[in-house]
Amino acid sequence: MRLILFTAALFAAPAFAQSAPLRVDINAGLMQPMPIAVPAFAPGNGASTEAGTTTQIGERAAQVIANDLKSSGLFRPLDPAAYTTTVGIDDVLKPDFPAWRTIAAQALVTGTVTANPDGGITLACYAYDVFAGAEIARQGFVTTAAGWRRAAHKCADLVYSRLTGESGYFDSRIVYVSETGTRTKRIKRLAIMDQDGAGHRFLTSGQNLVLTPRFAPGQQTITYMSFENNRPRVWIYTLGSGRQEAVGQFSAMTFAPRFSPDGQNLVFSMAVGGNTDIYRFNLATRSTTRLTSGPGIDTSPSYSPDGTKIVFESDRGGSQQLYVMNADGSGQSRISFGEGRSASPVWSPRGDYIAFTRMGGGRFGVGVMRPDGSGERLLTNGFQDESPAWSPNGRVILFARGDRSGRSGLWSVDISGLNERRIATPLDASDPAWSPLLP
Amino acid sequence: MTRYLPKLPLLALVLLAAACAPKKPPATMEAPPASARPETPAAAPMDRPATVETGASSIVPGSQDDLRAQAGGDTVLFAYDSYELDGEARATLLKHATWLRANPNVRVTLEGHCDERGTREYNLALGDRRANSAKNFLATQGIDVARLSTISYGKEKPAVDGADEAAYARNRRAVTMVMSR
Repeated sequence: MRLILFTAALFAAPAFAQSAPLRVDINAGLMQPMPIAVPAFAPGNGASTEAGTTTQIGERAAQVIANDLKSSGLFRPLDPAAYTTTVGIDDVLKPDFPAWRTIAAQALVTGTVTANPDGGITLACYAYDVFAGAEIARQGFVTTAAGWRRAAHKCADLVYSRLTGESGYFDSRIVYVSETGTRTKRIKRLAIMDQDGAGHRFLTSGQNLVLTPRFAPGQQTITYMSFENNRPRVWIYTLGSGRQEAVGQFSAMTFAPRFSPDGQNLVFSMAVGGNTDIYRFNLATRSTTRLTSGPGIDTSPSYSPDGTKIVFESDRGGSQQLYVMNADGSGQSRISFGEGRSASPVWSPRGDYIAFTRMGGGRFGVGVMRPDGSGERLLTNGFQDESPAWSPNGRVILFARGDRSGRSGLWSVDISGLNERRIATPLDASDPAWSPLLP
Repeated sequence: MTRYLPKLPLLALVLLAAACAPKKPPATMEAPPASARPETPAAAPMDRPATVETGASSIVPGSQDDLRAQAGGDTVLFAYDSYELDGEARATLLKHATWLRANPNVRVTLEGHCDERGTREYNLALGDRRANSAKNFLATQGIDVARLSTISYGKEKPAVDGADEAAYARNRRAVTMVMSR
């Protein structure tokens, strides 16, 4: 999808105030979300598009932005019914700050939606520090009419990043396994949706058992495991074409796949005669390199974002624990020493943490630790919390939570352990993976 | 050709038939109310001689039902997070080996399964270990490994629903599955 950003050409105005004091510290574990006003974006002209009038798009875009910011747990969008002012096109550039102060909005996100002659739209996004009366950020997005939703996510990402100092994560997608049926007759399908649940669609029919989808860095391909033809092995799904292709020619089961950060390699487990080791598969040359050996179960490999190391789990020491090795398999060392078992590690895209599943005392939880094993913190505790996955900015973790009845759904929690929330899916859900930010 | 004779006591088969009978009453006969049904299970098939015949003779030699009947089951169970065959599992697999020798044209797949109390990917590996434990035991009994394949379903296909140890114990298993020819 074409989505052009521009800042300089938007309107002639000074750059955002460098001294803006407004700041949200995500890492502090915010207890009081920032009150923020997101009034309907003003129609830049009265034209109609295939996605509705600019007035309608402006209303929906504000809702998408408010919902994104609210979902982070860091912002509290104010009820539009409390607004004491309306926002016309002139107010976008010169907000009525006193009016916004009366409802205690600390930040204001506003903008315009304009229909372009080619049928597309321009969504202009402005953020203000209400109490300082200063602009924080501005950006314009030129896109197709149907692309308004992504433009709104980009706007929310802009606001989030300017106020937290972290990169955003709202213009992204989630791939996961959709589940229906009883425990003994579970039907599983790959499904994909926008981060906020919009645009949900199924990728596979449910005829074959499918597990553990993960995005390639380019987001256009997904690697996963399928039991098609009773041959459990790693596959690749191409989103644009819907093409599905088995990876390699292995007689043994391959599973637990992940892409390398450069997208050139897959790393996965192969079980040969009861012994599971980790292998690297070069997608261009189709060559396979064995990275671990020995009789233990070595699985769930995940690359560091710089591609130099791989974290994985192994029961070589007696029970599942986390290990880190160099990308060529050398220098394997254990990093987890906490109580219980530690499993399914995933390296944060920022590189600073490894998320994992902790089992012990009949409970499953998701936690994080530093790549050297220090600073371990458990973030969740449930009957069956597992399969952590990182948001593109490495500040939110998606995971699957199962209950005693066999139902399961997607949840998210931020790295402070706060803002645990359910992610709505049409059916039961497991094995989530979060895309990088869309281009 | 020698007709295959089940070794199970006939009564057991009759009971099995009785248990199945209510699922498929003759279409032409109105099903009697539950209270009107004969109380002794063995008596039930008496109303439906055809069902007794079916129950006793429908087991095809070399079939999954045949393996179950001959070996007393097609499944061996494992302890939590274990892939070691205990005495009971070995005894069952010995019967599977005997049956495989008596049915030399049959190929089987050893399915490895886990309870749900493990992570998904580890359980795929653990299921593979269990399937291979069963396969290797059959191989040590002289069964040609060309007749034995394995597959792991991890925790994806539990045998029974439930979230207690009784259910988990039945789901930690390897199943000897006759491959369709």
